[in-house]
This record gives sequence, C-alpha cells and structure tokens, in this order.
Amino acid sequence: MNNKAGIEQYLYASFGPELKFGRWLMVSKAFTDKLVGNIGALLLDDKVAIVGIGYSGFSPATPSQSYKELIFDAASRAYAECSVNPRKDVESFVCCEEDLWEGTSITDEYAPDQLGAAQRNICTVSQDGLNGVATAYMHIKSGVASIAVVESHSKLSNVLSQSQVREFALEPYYERPILSDGIPVAAMQMRRFMHDYKVTEEDIAQVVSKNKKNGLFNQRSSYAADVSVEQAMRSPFVWNPLRRIQMAPPADGCVVAVLASAEKARSMTEQPVWIKGIGWNSASTSAESAISSDALYAKEAAKMAYKIAGVNSPKSYFDFAEVDDTYAFKELQHAEALGIADMDVSKGNMPAVAPVPINMSGGSLSLGDLVEATGLVRLLEAVQRLRNAERKRSKGSKRALVQSWRGIPSSSGAVAVLGVE
Amino acid sequence: MGRSHAGRNCGDYGEVMGMENPSEPPGTALTPDEWRGKEIFFRNFHTKFTYSWDTGVAIGHFLEALKGGKIVGRSCSGCNRVLVPPRMFCELCFRPTDDWIDVLDTGVVNTFSISYVNNDASRREQPLFVAVINIDGASPGMGFLHLLGEVDAGQIHVGMKVRAKWKPAHERTGAITDISYFKPSEGL
Ligand SMILES: [Zn+2]
Repeated sequence: MNNKAGIEQYLYASFGPELKFGRWLMVSKAFTDKLVGNIGALLLDDKVAIVGIGYSGFSPATPSQSYKELIFDAASRAYAECSVNPRKDVESFVCCEEDLWEGTSITDEYAPDQLGAAQRNICTVSQDGLNGVATAYMHIKSGVASIAVVESHSKLSNVLSQSQVREFALEPYYERPILSDGIPVAAMQMRRFMHDYKVTEEDIAQVVSKNKKNGLFNQRSSYAADVSVEQAMRSPFVWNPLRRIQMAPPADGCVVAVLASAEKARSMTEQPVWIKGIGWNSASTSAESAISSDALYAKEAAKMAYKIAGVNSPKSYFDFAEVDDTYAFKELQHAEALGIADMDVSKGNMPAVAPVPINMSGGSLSLGDLVEATGLVRLLEAVQRLRNAERKRSKGSKRALVQSWRGIPSSSGAVAVLGVE
Repeated sequence: MGRSHAGRNCGDYGEVMGMENPSEPPGTALTPDEWRGKEIFFRNFHTKFTYSWDTGVAIGHFLEALKGGKIVGRSCSGCNRVLVPPRMFCELCFRPTDDWIDVLDTGVVNTFSISYVNNDASRREQPLFVAVINIDGASPGMGFLHLLGEVDAGQIHVGMKVRAKWKPAHERTGAITDISYFKPSEGL
C-alpha cells in the first residue's frame, strides 16, 4: 500500500461496512481527501535527510574565539550550505552539551544566540551529539518540525581540570574513594577485552598506526602522524595496558548539522544524505562497564538502527564506517559490537583488513577528542565522504555507519545508518 | 544541566505528606551527636574545577576597552542596534555585526535590588546595591549588571541616571570590576 488509490482501498475495506449506517457520510469528501493525502504523504515520504553540515575549530586550542564565536562560525557554514535562514526556517534546535565541560551550570541557557535560536524552539540533550541527531530526527518524523538543527562543540582547551571532571563522573560511594580519574576504567576494559578476544598489543598498535596515517589525508586532523606499528608499540604506558598514543588527545571544535524532511530536503540541496536508521542505548554503568568485554550499548543501539534501516548483514551492507576510537581498543570493541568485524577468537588475532573500512577519516586518534561533539564529528566525516564519492560518481561509498560513545565511564552510545540513495 | 533552585519551595510539608498535624512529622528526630558521631553513614566529597575561558574577539575587546577606561559596543546594520556588551554576531538578525562603537560611561538604572545579607546569610553592615544599567549610546534595553555606590538605599529608583566610577588606571586589569560601581550622575 504505497499510493493514494491503495490507501483509499484500505480505508474502504476498513470502514466500508460503517458507511451503511450513514455515520461516515457526515464526513465531507474534502476532509477524507485531505486525510488520505496526509496519510499518503506520511507513508510515501517520511524520510529524514542531512542537508547541511558545518564546522569550526578542529585544533588543540582555539584562543582567538570564544565558544560562542566558534559555534556562530560552524552554524553560519551549515546554514549557508543549504540556504537556510535559522530565524525563519528552522523549527527545532537541539544542542548537546555538558555543564562540567563548559564550566557553567544550566549551560544550555547560553546556547540560543549564536545558533540563531533566540526566542525560538530549542532544547538540550545532555548527551553525545549523535543522540541529538536522534532527537531532531524524531522531531521531523513526528511532524513537529520540518527543519531541525543539531549543535555540539568542545572547548576542552579551556578545561584545566579534565581529570577532575572525569573523576566527578565516577560512582561516588564505592568507586571514587578508590580511583581519582576515569582513565583506569578504560585501561581495565581494554585488558578484559584483549583477554576475551585474544587481541594482541600488535592488533591495538595496528589501529593506532592506521588511524594516525589516515588522518594525514584529512585537513581537520590535528594529531595525524606517520606512525608505524612498531613505534606505536613503544609509546609509554599511562595505565598499563593503555599507552599514551592509544588515547585521543583533547581538541576544540564545533559541528552543526541541519536536518530536513524529505519534502524540504530535495529543494534545499542536491546532495541529501538520508538517515536510514538511528538508535541509541545505555547499558549499565560502573562495575559492569569495567568488567564486560563487549560494548553492549553499541550492540543494542545498532540493533535499533539496523531494524529501522532494514540492515540484515552489516558486513556487506556498509561501504565504510566511522566508529568511536577515543581509545584505540574501542575501535575493535565497537566494530565487533556493530557486527562489522570478523572477530575470530580461535585465530587469536584481529583481521588486518576489516570487511568494512573503519575510520578512513583518521578517527578521534587523529582528529582529537571533542567530548560531546565526537558523534557529530563522526557524522561530519561520513557525510563528507558520501558526498565526495557521489560527486566523483564513484560507486564505492553509498552507505555509511556512524557510531558514538559518550566516553569514560559511560556505557552510552548511538548509531546512525546513512545513505545517499 | 543543573537545577540548583529546584526543590526548595516544594509546598507545605504537611500538605505534601498528607498529615493531619504537619508540625509533628513521623519518626524519631536525629540528634546532633548522632550526626557528628557518624552513626549515620555519609559519603563526603570535595572537588575543585579550574577553567580558563578564551574571551574571544568580542569580550576580549570589551575587557581591553575597560582597562583603558572606556565602554565599547558593536553595531548591527541589520537591525540598527548597538550591542553592549559587544558580540561578533547579532542574535536577532543572525549575521556578523559591523563596527566597534564607543558608547558612554553613563546610563540609567533599569532595575535594582538591595541586599542586607551576605552569601552566608550573615547581616551586612552596609547594604549591597545591585542594578542593571542601560548604557547611554547602546540600544534601548542594552547594558549590563553592576553595583551602585555613593548613594543611599532610599534614593535609588528605576530611571535614575548614573555614571561609572572607574578604578585608577594602574589598578585596572581588563575586567568588569575595572568599574568600581555606578554612582548618581546628577542631583537626585
Ligand atoms: Zn541585527
């Protein structure tokens, strides 16, 4: 049932007998036509697209701009890409930020001006930016908005107590008295993951080398380098088995994305990138996150997104993936959870070449850790790659997987399935 | 996202508890010794966060001007406003602002409040006057929060004309406190 005639048939079949009693005759023909038209529009064209994406920063420090100026820059670029006037056209703004990374309580109250959202509909999702995309997606799907904007940024260079903020995120009764930073939690996750999946030091070093080298081809990467596997294996330990080079260093930056309904999208851009599915999940925090070797949040978020998008075999469905690699081992753990890696435990090793290329952008290891903006960075990289491939008419890149993780000690993540068809 | 103000005025205690005599809540009151003697378990935690915010172009110039004994704003040719404190974008037009404008160090009290207590609820010897000042030369309704001085509580009124009392040049550091306070600029 995907056309107007079909819907009329369906309505007649459903309500035909009622018509005999004359009750339905009271409803005017114009009204039923409109109803049928609306249902038809919903069934036919309820897709959501990314029509504009802009960014600023992507540097270890951004001393020449305040965070508001950084956001204004990224927003201006995103709006220019799809000729949108935020003061008139955008019906929903979503910003993703965290008080302690900003240094201001109820920090979202300072978000509207630089986004063009003053005196308009704005809400905060205190989560990674990809969760904000899920919220904007729902606003459009539900008909609340036809154009929605998502923003997230990092000014980590201004946070002099990053370690204290991570400590503050630890469970207060029985974890914080033991640990004074969240990084050992990552190290312990890493050890258990390596143990259960028989992942070697060299496998992790391969991820580092691959992503650092991939970043050399990306203008946005502050931390790209020609690092060999051997060099990566000589990096000093921070918390054994976690080495310094396996951790994404902090970076500043902002990403703003404009989403639109299918109806609007086609007139706003020649290159809409469709959100074919989206999902999000929080597993359970604290002890569990340190003990489990699986990224359950990524697995469950993927299940939700794949169901919406109709993805049955992710290994063959996706052309490439942008996956969270805040710590190098996380890329492997996430790839496994997303079903895009051949983790053969009996082989005692990870494949050198994954079925789906991962983090061709260089990942967070090259671009840096942008805290809550990290999911939008992954999205930006995926959108740019899909558009470039389409422009070059290359057949290789039409479907992308994007995944985010909220960082230590969280067990929250989101997944988006993107496509240009 | 915090809600530090939530939960304070959550209604009448008795009404909330649905009790007939709200002055006598159920249970046994804890004694100070039970609290101090740690017979009840607590988990205390202190932390210290340090930030160093980039001022950026707009606030950077604003603070630099204050150090020089001046107040500056930015003009927007879209809505013909002068924005004080300055910003590099106009929030109404969503466009970059155009020029730096020197505004005056005089203004009008938009609204004010008088405090007789300190943060720790102790009584102040001298009341504290806090006001929003609409700065002369800025667009209507634009200005900033500051203190009032050289004035008696009973004399302050909405619409009172005021002038900045600057710190001596060698004491100014490029901060909003380079203005000590605003004082009445003409006969009350
Ligand atoms: Zn304006």
